[in-house]
Order: sequence, then structure tokens, then C-alpha cells
Amino acid sequence: MSDAILQTRNLKKRFGALAATDDVSIDLRAGEIHAIIGPNGAGKSTLIAQICGGLAPDSGTVHLMGRDVTQDSTADRARAGLARTFQISALAMEDTVLENVVLGALGASGRPWQFWTRALSDRSLTAIAEAALERVGLIDQRHMRCAALSHGQRRQLEVAVALTLSPKAFVMDEPMAGLGAEGSHQMTALLDQLRAEAPILLVEHDMDAVFALADRISVLVYGKVIASGSVDEIRSSSTVRVAYLGEEA
Amino acid sequence: MIPERLVNWVALLGLLAVPLWAVVVDEPFTITLVTRAVILAIAAVGLNIALGIGGLVSLGHAVFFGIGGYAMGILAYHAQTFTSLNLIGLVIPGTKSMPVIWLVAIVISALAAWIIGLLSLRTSGVYFIMITLAFGQMFFYFAISWSAYGGEDGLSIYVRNGFPGLNTLVPIQFFGLCLVLLCVVLFLNARLQNAPFGLALNAARQVPTRVETVGLNPVRLKLVAFVISGAITGLAGALFADLNRFVSPTMFSWQLSGELIVLIIIGGVGRLYGPVIGACLFVALEHWLGGLTEFWHVYLGLILLAIVLFARGGIIGLLTGKEGAHV
Ligand SMILES: Nc1ncnc2c1ncn2[C@@H]1O[C@H](COP(=O)(O)OP(=O)(O)OP(=O)(O)O)[C@@H](O)[C@H]1O
Ligand SMILES: [Mg+2]
Repeated sequence: MSDAILQTRNLKKRFGALAATDDVSIDLRAGEIHAIIGPNGAGKSTLIAQICGGLAPDSGTVHLMGRDVTQDSTADRARAGLARTFQISALAMEDTVLENVVLGALGASGRPWQFWTRALSDRSLTAIAEAALERVGLIDQRHMRCAALSHGQRRQLEVAVALTLSPKAFVMDEPMAGLGAEGSHQMTALLDQLRAEAPILLVEHDMDAVFALADRISVLVYGKVIASGSVDEIRSSSTVRVAYLGEEA
Repeated sequence: MIPERLVNWVALLGLLAVPLWAVVVDEPFTITLVTRAVILAIAAVGLNIALGIGGLVSLGHAVFFGIGGYAMGILAYHAQTFTSLNLIGLVIPGTKSMPVIWLVAIVISALAAWIIGLLSLRTSGVYFIMITLAFGQMFFYFAISWSAYGGEDGLSIYVRNGFPGLNTLVPIQFFGLCLVLLCVVLFLNARLQNAPFGLALNAARQVPTRVETVGLNPVRLKLVAFVISGAITGLAGALFADLNRFVSPTMFSWQLSGELIVLIIIGGVGRLYGPVIGACLFVALEHWLGGLTEFWHVYLGLILLAIVLFARGGIIGLLTGKEGAHV
């Protein structure tokens, strides 16, 4: 086997007549950011759902750290070291920002069966949670209700929750969406540091960020990987230009 | 707006003051009425853990109320007839001791909640409501046909069960016992709600996918909440049977499950004292309106409608100005 942390082999998923994932084999190696780009509806989120659990592929496998996790539940994959951020925020809207990250720390601790101690007074949880908020720049908002956050702040919180898991690999679905120029900048800097801790499979529409960050890029169109390579290779590929980057070339 | 803490304290002090006043003016019936409210409040605190924090709309919580009731009824019946209970070769003597009865009620309700929860939590939404309702009906009809313990007529217990150091036949003493248990249950609820378990359960209600992605199992969290919830409602059932010195299949009825939900909605879903305020109001309405008209449920329905439409946070939400109700 290769040294890939995360690996898909021949993943296939159909929704009726639509091939949403069409024989996708990609891998994520230690220390890298592997960007997945592609037009709307290309099947990027569908691919992520199969990698992280929640959507079962019709065929093909997902390996994490060399182990086949295709049949494992979402929670099992998370415990095995996979941290996912959602394109559409999946956060506890009625809870505070801090409570949302403490939930992550609690998941990582694997000890939710405590009925007596105060979660927010447990330093082993809040220390991890606050460190994560610090890194994404949300520490001042920690007592705000999640519902009161801006769209961009919710993206940051998604990333903060993933950080609390200290994962083996990150899988992020459009973390820059709605961040604005400055937010994007900060997020780019954060992801840049993060790759040393764990590699990132990054789905992103923001091409400046992708070209700045990615070690490798795979281009997904109609569920198929039509090209895969370094930033320069993808930039200069005529297939990619025609299929996707047309307006940017 | 009034702070929620103040509302809670006023409710608790009110619960203490009214029966004491009733002792002074010698109105034992008022004490019985307030005791009834306190016991219903305990049952609803139990349900509120599943419903308010876990988002589980159980229309079968009367199962646990009834199990508690029959645990009391059966044990006391054997004690008063000097017989013993034969359970597949196991000979169990009856008892008139409240603590023992409570323990049995709690353990059996918890066990039933675990089995019912295991099956019901495979579904969610309307299907969960229907399955829990179906379990309720199953127990209801079983109790009706259980002729060994009175069948449709139920069981009468002649003397209220005992508690060490108290004379439970004195209404105010039995009331005090129930009030202490309500406080204990509220304290448990408060701790649990702020503990890691409560935090995770609260998130499992709102976004189960998030809970999964941090490596926790939302269904397992809800199952444990359902078990705790059932156990508390079971305890209330044992007290309710002791208050009336009578237990019958109506304790298993779906109307009772519905009333528990209604009184939580009136008080405030997911609020610590929602069940307490709801139960007091419910018993008061039942008494006053029930004395005026046979159709008091219609008025109760109207009040419920008004609250659902105009005060999503129930009475507590209305008083504290915090609308945010969930479910
Ligand atoms: N559960 C589903 N049932 C049927 N079709 C689906 C389902 N989920 C996704 N699709 C379809 O599969 C295709 C891929 O969707 P997906 O969300 O993966 O695209 P995407 O690449 O993430 O797009 P975007 O850039 O807009 O996020 C789309 O045509 C979508 O309509
Ligand atoms: Mg998508």
C-alpha cells in the first residue's frame, strides 16, 4: 500500500440516471493539501459524504490510514481520525459558539457519559475548545449564540470544531465561502499552517486560495476526475481550461 | 422582563406556601390537589428530559407512569393480602415500604424505557410518536386484561404505604415527601443538563449529523436520555398511585401521555421549571374549570392553542421574555 492517509478506490454513486460519483480514485498524503475543484453540481459534496460516512457508495472503497472504513459509521470514522467541515453549516444554532466547540472536544475525549460535572467548567474540554477558537479568530465571540453569527463566522466555527478533534486528516467543503477578502486571507493562512498537523482534502471554489494552497489539484466534472496534478499542470491543462477554468484562463 | 431564576423560586415557594396555608385553615383537599400537581410535575420533569433536551416527542410516557403505579399496586396488594408474588419460580414478598416500591418502580420503568427506546429510536418524527403511542396502547390493554390485579377495575390499596420516620397518612407529610422528591429530580435535571451528557444530547436534538461528525452516537445519547426520563416518570407513577391509594389501567392511557406533553408546552418546553409551572396550572384549571363545566378540556385546548401560537416558550418564556422554544 502507499503512504496515503486517506484513499478512495473506484468510488461510484448514482442518483437514478445521474452518475454523481463516477469511478473516483484519489488519495491524500501526509503533509499535503489536495484540492478538489469542479463546477456546481460536479459531485464534490457527494464525494465528501461518501468519504466521511453518511452516504454509502454503490461500489468502491474508502481507506483511512490503510484501513478499510467503507462500512464504518460516520462516528466511527470521526473517532478513527477524520474531521469534516460542511458546506452548509451543521452547527447547534441555539447553543453558544463555545458550546459548539466544546462538543467537538467532548467527542474527541470520547467521554460523553458524564452526568454530574459542568461541561463548561471542565478545563480539559474548554482549553482545547478555546485554543481552537483562538486559531480561527472567533475567541471574542465565544459567548455569542451561534444563530447570531454571520455566515462567514459560521464557516470559521465549522473549522474550529474540526480542529478540536486533532484529526489524522481534514476534509473541508468550501471553508472560504462567504468569508470576504480578509476572512479568506486569514483562513488561507490558517490552512497553510494546518497541513503540517494533518493533510487537508479541500473542496473550494475560491481559485486564489486553491492556487495559493494546493500541493495537488483534482478536477471533478460530472462525477469524474478529468485531471489531476500540480497547480501548474492544472493551470496549463487545456482539458481543464475547456471544462472548467475557461473564464480564468 | 423577569429573570428565569426568580420565576423558578416563586414557583417553588408557592408550592410550599399554599399547602402550609391549607394546614392552617384546615383544608386537606387543597393539600391533596397540590400534591397531585407536584407528582404530575415529577412525571413531566422526566418527560422534559426526553422531550425538551432530546427532542423526543414520546406519546407513550404513560407506560412508565403506569408501570410505577402497578409496581406500587402489586407490591402493596400482596402485602395487604399476606400473599407473595410468584415470578417464574421466584417468590417475592409484597411490601408497604415506599423506598422499596420506588426502587422497583424506577428499575422496571428504566428497563421498559430501554427496550421501548431501542425499538422506537430506529425511527424519528411522526413515526416515533406513533410507535411510542402504540406501546402505550399495548400496556393499556394488557392492564385491562390482567385480571389477577383487578383488570379494568384496578386495584385499591387500603392504607397508604409507609416511609421511615414519617406518618404518610397525614396529607402534609406525604406532600412534603413528594416535594422533596421533586426538588431532587429538578436538581438531577439541572446537573445533567449542564453536564457533558446534556451538552451532547442538546446538540443531538438540534443537529445529529454534527454530533456524529465529532465521533459521538446521537441515537445512543437519546436512548440514555429516554431511560432516565422513563425512570423518573415511573417514580412519579408510584407516588401517584400512593396519593390515590388506587391504580387502574387509566394510568397507562394515551390521554395521560398527552396531558404530560400539554403541561410541558404550557410551562415551557426544555425549561427546567416548565413542567412545574405547567403542572400547577394544569391541576388548577382541571379543578376550577372542571368544577364549572364538563367540557373543561375544550378550554384547556384553547389555552394550549394560544400558547403554541403566541408564546412559543410557554408561560416561562412569556414571563422571562425569552421566546426561544425548541421542538
Ligand atoms: N441525495 C441526492 N439525491 C439525488 N440527487 C442528488 C443528491 N445529492 C446530490 N444530488 C445531485 O448530485 C449532483 C452532485 O451534487 P453535489 O452536491 O455533490 O455537487 P457539488 O459539486 O458539491 O456542487 P456545489 O459546488 O454546488 O456544492 C447534483 O446534480 C445534485 O443535484
Ligand atoms: Mg457542494
